[in-house]
Amino acid sequence: MKAFAQLIKTLDSTNKTTVKVKALANYFKEAEDKDNVWTIAILSHRRPPRPVNTKLMRQWAAELAQIPLWLFEESYHIVGDLAETIALVIPAAQEKSEKGLHQFLNEMIALKKQSEQDKEAYLKENWLCLDYYERFVFTKLFTGSFRIGVSQKLMTRALAMATDIDEDILAYKLMGNWDPNKTSFKRLILEENKSDFLSKPYPFYLAYAIEGESQDLGDITNWAAEHKWDGIRAQMIVREGELFVWSRGEELVTEKFPEFEVFTSVIPDGTVIDGEILAFNNNEIASFKDLQTRIGRKTISKKLLEKTPVILKAYDLLEWEETDIREQSYQKRRELLERLIDQTDLTNIPLQLSNNMRFESWQEAAKERERSRAVKSEGLMLKRWDSPYLVGRKKGDWWKWKVDPFTIDAVLTYAMRGHGRRSNLFTDYTFGLWDKEKKELVTFAKAYSGLTDAEFRKVDAWIKKNTRERFGPVRSVKPFHVFEIAFEGIAQSNRHKSGVATRFPRILRWRQDKKIEEANTLEDLKNLII
Amino acid sequence: MKKPLLHFNAKGIYCQQADVYLDPWKPVKKAIITHGHADHSRWGHQQYITHHTNVPIIKHRLGDIQVAGVNWGETFMVNGVKFSLHPAGHIIGSSQVRVEYKGEVWVFTGDYKLEDDGLATPYEPVKCHSFITECTFGLPAFKWQPQREVFKEINQWWQENREEGNTSVLFAYSLGKAQRLLKNLDSSIGEIYTHAAIENMNDVVRGIASLPQTNRITKDTKKEEIKGNLVLAPPSAHGSPWIRKMVPYVTASASGWMTFRGARRRRAIDKGFVLSDHCDWSSLLSAIKATGAEKIICTHGYTDIFSRFLNEQGFDARTEQTQFEEETAEELKSGASKQERL
Repeated sequence: MKAFAQLIKTLDSTNKTTVKVKALANYFKEAEDKDNVWTIAILSHRRPPRPVNTKLMRQWAAELAQIPLWLFEESYHIVGDLAETIALVIPAAQEKSEKGLHQFLNEMIALKKQSEQDKEAYLKENWLCLDYYERFVFTKLFTGSFRIGVSQKLMTRALAMATDIDEDILAYKLMGNWDPNKTSFKRLILEENKSDFLSKPYPFYLAYAIEGESQDLGDITNWAAEHKWDGIRAQMIVREGELFVWSRGEELVTEKFPEFEVFTSVIPDGTVIDGEILAFNNNEIASFKDLQTRIGRKTISKKLLEKTPVILKAYDLLEWEETDIREQSYQKRRELLERLIDQTDLTNIPLQLSNNMRFESWQEAAKERERSRAVKSEGLMLKRWDSPYLVGRKKGDWWKWKVDPFTIDAVLTYAMRGHGRRSNLFTDYTFGLWDKEKKELVTFAKAYSGLTDAEFRKVDAWIKKNTRERFGPVRSVKPFHVFEIAFEGIAQSNRHKSGVATRFPRILRWRQDKKIEEANTLEDLKNLII
Repeated sequence: MKKPLLHFNAKGIYCQQADVYLDPWKPVKKAIITHGHADHSRWGHQQYITHHTNVPIIKHRLGDIQVAGVNWGETFMVNGVKFSLHPAGHIIGSSQVRVEYKGEVWVFTGDYKLEDDGLATPYEPVKCHSFITECTFGLPAFKWQPQREVFKEINQWWQENREEGNTSVLFAYSLGKAQRLLKNLDSSIGEIYTHAAIENMNDVVRGIASLPQTNRITKDTKKEEIKGNLVLAPPSAHGSPWIRKMVPYVTASASGWMTFRGARRRRAIDKGFVLSDHCDWSSLLSAIKATGAEKIICTHGYTDIFSRFLNEQGFDARTEQTQFEEETAEELKSGASKQERL
């Protein structure tokens, strides 16, 4: 554990990517193979399931620290991170533990099945024999992900440095379902193993939002455009008669979409399609909200299947006739994809081609983009005809060109302390709009992004001075500040007092030029619903 | 109803019987000043009374003022009220104020810490009935290491940076923290350079106590001579053009707020050392116990939480609003630290 805690500490105490990569690479070279596999697992969000709920952990930590539970909770609100709070309040280590990372993780897995008393004894004993940073890391394994500015990409780079294996190959090896407890470093990273690859998806190619004007991308004839559908980006794999569906979050979701099983009977083996899963009802794309009903459930009932059917809109072809064709041009891949779809009888099969469009001018493309909301898309995707399918988020060949968000001016009504790097700062805000008579503010959205650090500090200082009431970590504030809120979609909802739910609300601007009387009303918001 | 011996009004902490204010935030006739930080020693009072070692500091800060310096424990009477100053250990020249009238004793701490930092006269507990205490770090999450441990870390950090050819830039408040660091850094590792805001304060402090030798950074200072050495700078220098002269450099901050990982990351500082001139949780509790006071008034910091805990422990505790700036974790980043704000 010492080496891993030291690694996390080093990663945590620098903002420089090169230093992080070097520290990780050194760790991979020096640590035991078993610890390496677990380190990769943890940094790629493959933690074992939580063996103890956090409520119990809080209670036990407070007992060990000899403080009342309310005081522990208040401290947590201010520190902003549970593992950190626990590590801080518990008295200093009395003994030293020499256990390795993999031992702790195996114990953690075994702990899940043990009694509550055993769990309590285990945690209390281990908390007291780890120093502050080890205790923080140990507790973090139990409570959540490590947000230490190490992306999977960065980790893969370090792994490439440590093993001399190409980064893209490593990215591919690390995709999909592997169990750190059942594999070894050799098998996962060092060996070539065909059978492991049966279900493996390719790393998704992701686009950045377009910067500046579309014209800056040059001659439009170099670019394909298609609608950016608002569903779940997915890869559909048919290999050796089996179907695998992966979401962009690298989650195997085959079982959530039983209607896709039929693909194995029409799509040849050795095919991988990149596309978007969409709720599709009465020949029309349904809302993302409908699609969510399909993801949230553990079991998919027949009723739900009938109520909210789904389709796959195909964007791209990554593997064809058992060959990885990502290096070929987008144009070539599209041709193959279109031919595949043309030649397949898709009657009653939930697969459609996402059409792409050739425009004569950027004005024409812009016009199509304006139409996006009406066709239930989020905007356009621009892809260079000659682009290969890259790994991860890259600039240059693909761009997102989303429609401008909806915006509305709202009044800050409540604030809550943030987490992580915003701990102890009031950065999570609730906003209200006026009712008809402009007498009362009705809460309609929460947002916690969109301001600069400097603006957040200013608003934070103002909140601390203008608090009306405190409810634990939440404060109600004097209605005074107006913010322009942007959001992607809007739908009726009976879950909110306002009667509407907005999608991905965030702060666009702090309207210091506006008085609260000038903020919008709930009616204004409702008028935006198409 | 009779006013208590000390009460809080719009101008500050007031003793009506003596017509004297303690660390007032609005101009008054007679002010007793605990220490030189800007939120405690403000401009515009007709008469200042403070510990004699604080006199040159506030004169440097406030210019031509009418100020009387007194010794530790020296009593002075104002209209039957007996006042005396006692060491608070916060920064050089910082004191607590003891106020006694007809056998009733109050103590106001100003800012304080219990550990001897080698520069400020160490804190001395003073018995009282009512204790007005700061609680900047009044949460069980705050636990200080002994300063020799922290300085071991700081010196090691400097040594390592030097070996890698980097300059160590350490951010600290110009008054107090900067001199404490200076006093305890291992100057055998290399030279110590200072920002003008800090060096001006060092010059004042050198008239009161001895400090190691430092090099003031001016526009003529060569980039090459700084390399591998240590630079003490006020937090406001972080991200300013001034700091470019230090390239290649590594940054660190020494503050109680460095306890929080988030506070350091938010500021984009490479390294955080937990070193504070205030009390941590357990020293607040032991300080309160040592006074024997029953009534506790919590001023700046996590006042609500701290006084609730004290009440549960059987004290009669409450909070009072003051205009002592809640020294928040944000000051470091905004660069508007106490001294620089003047």
